[in-house]
Amino acid sequence: MHELPQTLLSGLALGALYGLIAIGYTMVYGIVQLINFAHGEIVMIGGFGALTVRLWLPDSVPLAAALPLMLLGGAIASVAVATAAERFAYRPLRDAPRLAPLITAIGLSIALQQIIWAFYPDAKKSRGFPQFQGDAFELTGSIHLQRDDLFVLAAAPLCMLALGLFVAKSRTGRAMQATAQDPDTARLMGINTDRIIVIAFAIGGAFAAVAAVAQGLRAGQINFEMGFILGLKAFTAAVLGGIGNIYGAMLGGVVLGIAEAASTTYIQHIPGMQQLGGGGWKDVWAFVLLIVVLLVRPQGLLGERVADRA
Amino acid sequence: MTALLEVDNLRVAYGKIEAVKGISFTVEAGEVVTLIGTNGAGKTTTLRTLSGLLTPTTGTIRFNGHPITGTPAHHIVALGLAHSPEGRHIFPRLTITENLQLGAFLRKDTTGITHDIHRAYELFPILGERAKQPAGTLSGGEQQMLAMGRALMSRPKLLMLDEPSMGLSPIMMRKIMDTIAELKASGTTILLVEQNAQAALSLADRGHVMEIGKIVLSGTGTDLLHDESVRKAYLGED
Repeated sequence: MHELPQTLLSGLALGALYGLIAIGYTMVYGIVQLINFAHGEIVMIGGFGALTVRLWLPDSVPLAAALPLMLLGGAIASVAVATAAERFAYRPLRDAPRLAPLITAIGLSIALQQIIWAFYPDAKKSRGFPQFQGDAFELTGSIHLQRDDLFVLAAAPLCMLALGLFVAKSRTGRAMQATAQDPDTARLMGINTDRIIVIAFAIGGAFAAVAAVAQGLRAGQINFEMGFILGLKAFTAAVLGGIGNIYGAMLGGVVLGIAEAASTTYIQHIPGMQQLGGGGWKDVWAFVLLIVVLLVRPQGLLGERVADRA
Repeated sequence: MTALLEVDNLRVAYGKIEAVKGISFTVEAGEVVTLIGTNGAGKTTTLRTLSGLLTPTTGTIRFNGHPITGTPAHHIVALGLAHSPEGRHIFPRLTITENLQLGAFLRKDTTGITHDIHRAYELFPILGERAKQPAGTLSGGEQQMLAMGRALMSRPKLLMLDEPSMGLSPIMMRKIMDTIAELKASGTTILLVEQNAQAALSLADRGHVMEIGKIVLSGTGTDLLHDESVRKAYLGED
């Protein structure tokens, strides 16, 4: 059991990353009941936006100083693409059968990947992403914190706190809750629900950019396909936590991240399951967890039953 | 003097099905006007069109002198037209206070809003007692009080109430109708849609009877209450 603290810490960092992306799925779903399957690509676009800023800056600028500007650049790119997708791809389909925006989202996902593949310099293969230099921090003898994980462990709680305060306390946040609960009645209150929907996409985009920078730092590279599996995992986290619930998205992310880390660490030690452990099987265990949770709690960990959402 | 609300030859369709087939009526400031009729007569569709949730195919709506046909819902409430929808539609996971605050979403006068919330609690004491509870925990009648209180929070020039007595116990129905009478006495202009024709006509200055998308009969509340065809069709008398 001596690996437990390290497993939890690694899982927490991974889970915080999933959670940031899951927020984007859950906010959009909560307000327009659309699974934005292009959200993984919004993450990817944020990564390339951040990388672009890093490439513009002189090499002499240290990474820590460049990071805020990279986040800003990534967020501008992600938010621009996310809100443009809402305006030009999803809004015209708002009253269409639900399959139409879903297929549009999948098409948009492929289109965004191919645009980066075709037009971003040298993006046909992975592009290197800057990483912090130096060894991992040694917290205790057996627990190490990777320098690049520090970023997501700091950024995710801050983002979450800011979002929680915004939704609970601000006038716009209140309007978002009203729109999520009953859009027509929200309009009767004087709320411009189109604007609320744009804000939901924008917040999802900004969080996606933070996640993209975190992923770039962890992996040391980004590529045009990175959004696919990240998006799928984060979508899983959002469903696990209860889709439509922002705290559920973060909780689902953390649960999923820890489950993945634990499966990598422990399953290989279970007699008879040696071949089913290790990193190669972590995705399998993530989805097994999803299936088990949905069997027991179809609404997800923090989700309300559909009847309560009327 | 022009009427507060003027509806002229309004037609509304859901796809190919026309729900409102060319109706015209007015509401004067200070009046209570009621639309009665069976389910499917087009009453709710009419209100949803007036508040901007639906777009008419033809016809004009003028409110307080402004043409509002095709104006988005969130601009119409700013002009002073509030709509308490059929089925109440309170925000179930927000508290009672938060629901009332949302009714005043477009107002900036914080002290006025606080004052009006207290007024809503005076009108409906049960809401004050449960101010911090999620609105979804209220009973049907309490939710109706909240929906009406919320609509009043915008300080409307015209309050539209859609089926306020629907699904309520006789005691609660009486309470709601008494409240509408109080609002009328205090000078609130009301457009009331009701299935309970007896109660609505007793309260209303004027009424219109709707059948399958058309107004088939109009008159003062008292006249309609004593009209033989109305008594047969809507008041359950032979």
